[in-house]
Amino acid sequence: MNLLEKLDAAAAARKSLLPNGVGAFGIPIEEIYSATEARIGDRRVLLLGTNNYLGLTFAPECIRAAHEAIDKEGTGTTGSRMANGSYFGHRALEREFAEFYQCGFGIVFTTGYQANLGTISGLVGPGDTVLIDGDSHASIYDGCILSGADIIRFKHNDMVDMEKRLRRLGDRVETTLIIAEGIYSMLGDQAPLAEIVKLKNAYNCILLLDEAHSLGVLGETGQGLVEKTGLLKEVDFITGTFSKSLCSIGGFCVSNHPQLEQLRYISHPYIFTASPSPATIASTRAALVLLSKGSDLRMQLWNNCTQLYSQLKETGYLLGPDPGPVIAAILDTPQQALQLWQSLLEHNIYVNLILPPAAPEGKSLVRCSVNAAHTPEQIKYVGDTFSKLYNTI
Amino acid sequence: MTESNYDEIMQLLCDRLSGLTNSDAQITPETNMISQLSIDSIKLLNLIMEIEDTFDVSIPINALTDIHTVRELADLVHKIKSAS
Repeated sequence: MNLLEKLDAAAAARKSLLPNGVGAFGIPIEEIYSATEARIGDRRVLLLGTNNYLGLTFAPECIRAAHEAIDKEGTGTTGSRMANGSYFGHRALEREFAEFYQCGFGIVFTTGYQANLGTISGLVGPGDTVLIDGDSHASIYDGCILSGADIIRFKHNDMVDMEKRLRRLGDRVETTLIIAEGIYSMLGDQAPLAEIVKLKNAYNCILLLDEAHSLGVLGETGQGLVEKTGLLKEVDFITGTFSKSLCSIGGFCVSNHPQLEQLRYISHPYIFTASPSPATIASTRAALVLLSKGSDLRMQLWNNCTQLYSQLKETGYLLGPDPGPVIAAILDTPQQALQLWQSLLEHNIYVNLILPPAAPEGKSLVRCSVNAAHTPEQIKYVGDTFSKLYNTI
Repeated sequence: MTESNYDEIMQLLCDRLSGLTNSDAQITPETNMISQLSIDSIKLLNLIMEIEDTFDVSIPINALTDIHTVRELADLVHKIKSAS
């Protein structure tokens, strides 16, 4: 089989799962109306499949900041952070992230994906070990692969399993990086951070926590799981993304370890790419202010989360263990998931469809992402529609 | 590690792979796990965790890059177990 025939085989496998040619993956959004509504084809749909957790995509403060940055600094930096791409805004945002997390050091990356790639591959290398949760995001897997370190997985959120694997490493724990996530993107559950920290300290490892989905969502000021659990000082490195609660694109890493600064000189995903555009940096800085002061937004978000989670659970859907902004209905077969996804779209609701092997344990997911801008009426409509469709799948 | 241990590893792999695949194909040491058994990446990673627990070893998943056949996987496990 030649290179192109391999791609044809992959395309055929994908088609067999999507016989009607429905564009569940990469669906075209024709027009975007607000943080909660868009047009798909000729339908005005409710958006329940975005990561816009605080609903800030149209926040006037962020839009104004982006406009001003374009006017003053142009559309792009056209260069790497290592060369001409470190403007005042990039450096200011790094300081602001470090202050937000009460840390000494912060680095901004061009995407959230690159934040994990660049941080992990900068911290560990061949001969070191990374111990990662089995349900880790692809950016974590890819960062580990890029690093050349030995990659060991532990069962998702299973601390007995994690300790067993730490023990087996013997002396190698000294050069082991443990990686977990604040909220896991598939089922929306949270890492047992207190237990992870206990093991990290017992075995004297370094801990990296990815707060991509928990930034803005957990904790009084929205720091994430570190704030909710009061364990900020116990985590060595925190990564995250701008593309969820902060409504732009980019990523960051913060730490109290001064060695973080060395990543600027060794981390390829940081160096060999153009830095974020001035507008992106400006809107992110404005959004970080709104996020840190956004306890009212978090309250609205959590009201919406608990309302939808409760209704789906009462209806009989199998869900992830924790209520939160990621609410995934777990289905046995891809066909069931596709049918539910399609029916929801016919009822003008857009959610995410996730099929194996991306979904855990061979299951398929119909995943909702709730946000603070959804009205109680919108959430009720989504819940009622899920209930109505329950017996059809 | 002895020859009987190697046989034990091979037997465990064949048994577990047969439970993971929908294919009726006979699993032999030369069976290609990806192209012949269509084992997806997550199933293979979960199998590795099970092997780690059975033999009390650490098997880095990046060591699987060059592993295609059941024999190659058995050789890898045997090598790691022998060194532990």
